Amino acid sequence: MHLFEGDQGECLKADIISTVEFNHTGELLATGDKGGRVVIFQREQESKNQPHRRGEYNVYSTFQSHEPEFDYLKSLEIEEKINKIRWLPQQNAAYFLLSTNDKTVKLWKVSERGRRPEGYNLKDDDGRIRDPSTITMLRVPVLQPMDLMVEATPRRVFSNAHTYHINSISVNSDYETYMSADDLRINLWNLEITNRSFNIVDIKPANMEELTEVITAAEFHPNQCNTFVYSSSKGTIRLCDMRAAALCDKHSKFFEEPEDPSNRSFFSEIISSISDVKFSHSGRYMMTRDYLTVKVWDLNMESRPLETYQVHDYLRSKLCSLYENDCIFDKFECVWNGSDSVIMTGSYNNFFRMFDRNTKRDVTLEASRENSKPRAILKPRKVCVGGKRRKDEISVDSLDFSKKILHSAWHPTENIIAVAATNNLYIFQDKVN
Amino acid sequence: MECAVDAQSLISISLRKIHNSRTQRGGIKLHKNLLVSYVLRNARQLYMSEKYAEIYRMQQYEEVMTVCNEIQELNPLEEEVMEPASPCPSATQAVAAAEATVEELAKDPSVGTFYRSCCCAAASTNEPEEDLEEYPLNSCDFSPPACTRTTVLDLDTHVVTTVENGCLHQDCCPCQSAGSLAPAPPRKRKPDFGYDAPELPDFAPCKRARFEDFSAAVASSTVTAATESPEPSNISNLISIFGSGFTGLVSRQADTEQSLNGQFCSKQALASLGAWTRAIVAF
Repeated sequence: MHLFEGDQGECLKADIISTVEFNHTGELLATGDKGGRVVIFQREQESKNQPHRRGEYNVYSTFQSHEPEFDYLKSLEIEEKINKIRWLPQQNAAYFLLSTNDKTVKLWKVSERGRRPEGYNLKDDDGRIRDPSTITMLRVPVLQPMDLMVEATPRRVFSNAHTYHINSISVNSDYETYMSADDLRINLWNLEITNRSFNIVDIKPANMEELTEVITAAEFHPNQCNTFVYSSSKGTIRLCDMRAAALCDKHSKFFEEPEDPSNRSFFSEIISSISDVKFSHSGRYMMTRDYLTVKVWDLNMESRPLETYQVHDYLRSKLCSLYENDCIFDKFECVWNGSDSVIMTGSYNNFFRMFDRNTKRDVTLEASRENSKPRAILKPRKVCVGGKRRKDEISVDSLDFSKKILHSAWHPTENIIAVAATNNLYIFQDKVN
Repeated sequence: MECAVDAQSLISISLRKIHNSRTQRGGIKLHKNLLVSYVLRNARQLYMSEKYAEIYRMQQYEEVMTVCNEIQELNPLEEEVMEPASPCPSATQAVAAAEATVEELAKDPSVGTFYRSCCCAAASTNEPEEDLEEYPLNSCDFSPPACTRTTVLDLDTHVVTTVENGCLHQDCCPCQSAGSLAPAPPRKRKPDFGYDAPELPDFAPCKRARFEDFSAAVASSTVTAATESPEPSNISNLISIFGSGFTGLVSRQADTEQSLNGQFCSKQALASLGAWTRAIVAF
């Protein structure tokens, strides 16, 4: 097991990307990093003059979303790292997104200014108030074009609602509410109201010594505004219906796959902990990621997953080393493509995996500058498990465990993916025919 | 287990992780510490079972030699029904073995604090305090000092024989004493006493007590993941099984102040000696 420093040692910890998210049209791509910054990329309009530059993404806006804070009561520092970004659907010219760190959720408005008014009567163009005695005539101000300016303003700050670390936020399909989940509780907010939130799930035991599981991820159903799921560290998923009760501690459905006793080890509990849960776009399925596998569940079948995909099963014999270097605690995310036919998730050595649910084929690709030039086709990679290593294969012991792809996103309609590799963002597109 | 992992090193790694999490930026991560505590529990269960297996093997060797010597001394025995007699100070013998057990574990510095409390809980039922005062008594103090019980395991029939307050209970469950103990489920012991981890949920309460002491140094949001319900009775039973079954046979004659009880014990020991003999011959 090697944790190569390489050029990772040179990158600032603050630049490490911690979340990636396309907006609902795919026009914008937002990333959050450990330094509390949000960078938004916008897709270029396709132009006939430059057909080969097929809608590339360029930086659109950058702003500091969260700052480090200090909780004086508990003598704890609150990290500014952005844990999640979720876009709101667009309703006017401005864009809105929610970004969260461990304790506070913020609603940001990102808007353009491409014109400014000129010719005020009471103040001059610099903004200075004019002496009324110098005004001799009236004029109507006109809007003049200016250099495009994108400004981000915090419109709402939702704070002081979470004792534990926020791991998920999810916008409801009613576009009025959203939920935020920490280790033990889930709160429901109205986007307009910041001083009140409703607690809808509370799994904190009366005696903390009896704690056996925590909430690891939560998401609203894409179509049914009363339904949401949350996953736990024990590998279970609970589906809750907010119509049933105000406090959704009692689940409507409980999804769990029985443990395979032959695979029992010291680390069984760790590798069964779910790190991400995502509904399919259709709302019929959901996908969960634990340390070694991705599972697709049918919402109508609670007893076992529909499909299980091995992401990097060759790590099963290395769990002890991965425990020592803390890699076993890495939380990988998983994403659906627009048609729910392909799922994607990350791995180590900057590898990421795609699984085609229909053809049952899978591919391993690498996000690295050395191995891929712009506009070059990505070459499938293979990890050699044992025995003779072929020329292009990489052996398990040569994998760089400091290069991990935890966060990725798939364009809602097209085959464009964004993959975050430590402090770098890679955007891959389908080959143009 | 996927590889030859040293349970002891896993325990120390896990403790180090929990300790380091105190100073991590952003506060203690509840999820990670919960997962680490699961590893701790798993490693501990394996370590305990390995330790007891080792102790059993060592004691078995000693007892084989002792019993062989005694067989030559004793007349041929007839198996007879035990009549109820006054309470046997079996606890004394049990404690003798328990002390040996405790000393064994205490010699291991890294886990001594972890397991010491567990074993001495049983021994502390009625014991000379001088040897045990340095060990912390904890929530496992389940048996009142008046508890007198002998438990003998018959290797042939796999029956645990428990004698309490003079009454013979030939069954698989230990008796309750002062209502403070829950009956243990019947256990079928294999001759090699290879405990699997699931058979040792009993140590959870001791583990929790010990873990609490450690995590007192950790900030409040760290939790202990003791998931099993406390079964302190099983701990004393295990110790008793070791004690009476082996050392109990040896030291019964040394107990002079309770001659009547000694007589009772010797009868019982003799009755079961045949069983031991058979088991030993089988090997």
